[in-house]
Amino acid sequence: MPVDVDAEVMANRALTSDYNVLALAAPQIAAAAAPGQFVMVKPGSGFDPLLRRPFSVFEVLRDPRGMPTGLTILSKRIGPSTALLYDARPGQRVACLGPLGRPFTTVDPPAEAWMVAGGVGLAPFATLAESLRARGVTTTLFYGARRSTELFYLDFFRALNVELVLTTEDGTAGERGRVVAPLDRQLASRSAGSAVMIYACGPEGMLAATARTAMKYSRPCQVSVERIMGCGLGGCYSCVIPIRGDDGGFHHVRSCLAGPVLAADQVRWD
Amino acid sequence: MDLSTRIGGLTLKNPIMAASGCFGYGVEYADVVDLSSLGAVVTKGLFLEAREGHPAPRIVETPAGMLNAIGLQGIGARRFVDEKLPELRARKATVIVNVCGTTLDEYVEVSRILSDADGVAAIELNISCPNIKEGGIQFGCSLPGTAAVVSAVRKVTRLPIMPKLTPNVTDVASFARAAEDAGADAVSLVNTFLAMVIDVESRAPKISNVVGGLSGPAIRPIAVRMVHECRQAVKIPIVGMGGIAGARDVLEFMIAGANAVQVGTANFVDPFIWPKLLEGISDYLQRHRIARVADLVGTVEAGHAHERT
Repeated sequence: MPVDVDAEVMANRALTSDYNVLALAAPQIAAAAAPGQFVMVKPGSGFDPLLRRPFSVFEVLRDPRGMPTGLTILSKRIGPSTALLYDARPGQRVACLGPLGRPFTTVDPPAEAWMVAGGVGLAPFATLAESLRARGVTTTLFYGARRSTELFYLDFFRALNVELVLTTEDGTAGERGRVVAPLDRQLASRSAGSAVMIYACGPEGMLAATARTAMKYSRPCQVSVERIMGCGLGGCYSCVIPIRGDDGGFHHVRSCLAGPVLAADQVRWD
Repeated sequence: MDLSTRIGGLTLKNPIMAASGCFGYGVEYADVVDLSSLGAVVTKGLFLEAREGHPAPRIVETPAGMLNAIGLQGIGARRFVDEKLPELRARKATVIVNVCGTTLDEYVEVSRILSDADGVAAIELNISCPNIKEGGIQFGCSLPGTAAVVSAVRKVTRLPIMPKLTPNVTDVASFARAAEDAGADAVSLVNTFLAMVIDVESRAPKISNVVGGLSGPAIRPIAVRMVHECRQAVKIPIVGMGGIAGARDVLEFMIAGANAVQVGTANFVDPFIWPKLLEGISDYLQRHRIARVADLVGTVEAGHAHERT
């Protein structure tokens, strides 16, 4: 059951002139959140901006005894709401509703986990990597960004012994190009007998390419989709995703309830 | 203190309803709201058959509001009766179904199915959705069309009938009167205002349907004015809506002439708004020593403009 917390901003760290990590004192939500779930966030109580915005739970913050104290969100400044979140100061209040949505399904050894992240789509993979590594799953992060300065939290994943495969569009770090290219190569060289679960989050084009690549090699793939979302609870029907029907047609499911994590082969990507 | 209010033969425990299209089928909110605490839950619009609605993007935020063109995605009347109504009954929700149609016959057939079902308290006739090509607003934008839908459905149900009126007409009060004359037990208003938002960089509309319906606090003063006009035109109960975001807004609609209200967009922002609205109304009644919320309806002191200094 989701709760709404009038959460105090614990910290706000600018990563670049557009990206920031905002820490919110919402221990109940942090304690209940599973990897892949999201929160609906609204800075300020006024009417402009009016609606909440969805964010993956990025990190669960804990005190020295391991008790959850809050959560962080990874935000990119693209409009008025994210501008307010970028400029939020410690002590300010941000409404935070969650946890919401269907989380990732984890795997166990000997299956491996390959996480594919594009840009701000890194967000759900910090908690997923922690969960997978705690289960002893060999985990790889394929992570693409525009440039090296927009590849974040690499040390966090290294500390978890997550193998990193990096790409940048300008070639300033890792391989030049899109993140799906090394994913495709590694799947091609992988023996079909070894189980790999692919997890993907990022821009829609990247998700579609990842889904097609996974299908090409008959690998299971879970995608975390992002849609413009009005409520996060199934009330507004704005966040729909077309899902393939048995009859060759499609039907719209609400990504807030049926997702945000969906089986990639069920989504109609065209 | 008496918060009850009457809509035709139906007595609601309080005047606060969840608006159609903003609350799913109600069951989605069973974990966060005590559905039995609401005056009524108005379901998402129901046609005879399931509909997939428009592609995303379906909404865009606007100053103090939002534009939507969902396209009445829904599961159809029979699946609603089989799959959603039992839980709504178990949760003791007062259920008003929002009935849609592309033809007169479809309104009649959907109304018949829902009238036969156990647990439906009233019918809201959706003759005002701005986002579908056939039906709906075609009836709601014509006085004979409005009368035709109401009188056709009147013949097949004993449930209270409440057409939901569009504000996208010159004189909404004449539509309220047409509905009353045709046998409606109440009218609800307003549905959304037809509107458009364009991304100037790409010159593309921001929602897939190009145009959509504007809701939220931005439209509230227009909706209040329309309720006021309809109150002077009809005797039947009015259910007011349009941008309600707090108890003061509920009171404003009731003073303008609404016997009950619906809350839509504000539920997206704060799904826990319902008890806050009820507390706010009770506080007001206590402060003003008004015993029954029904005594507030239509009490606007139109001759006494008040400037707060």
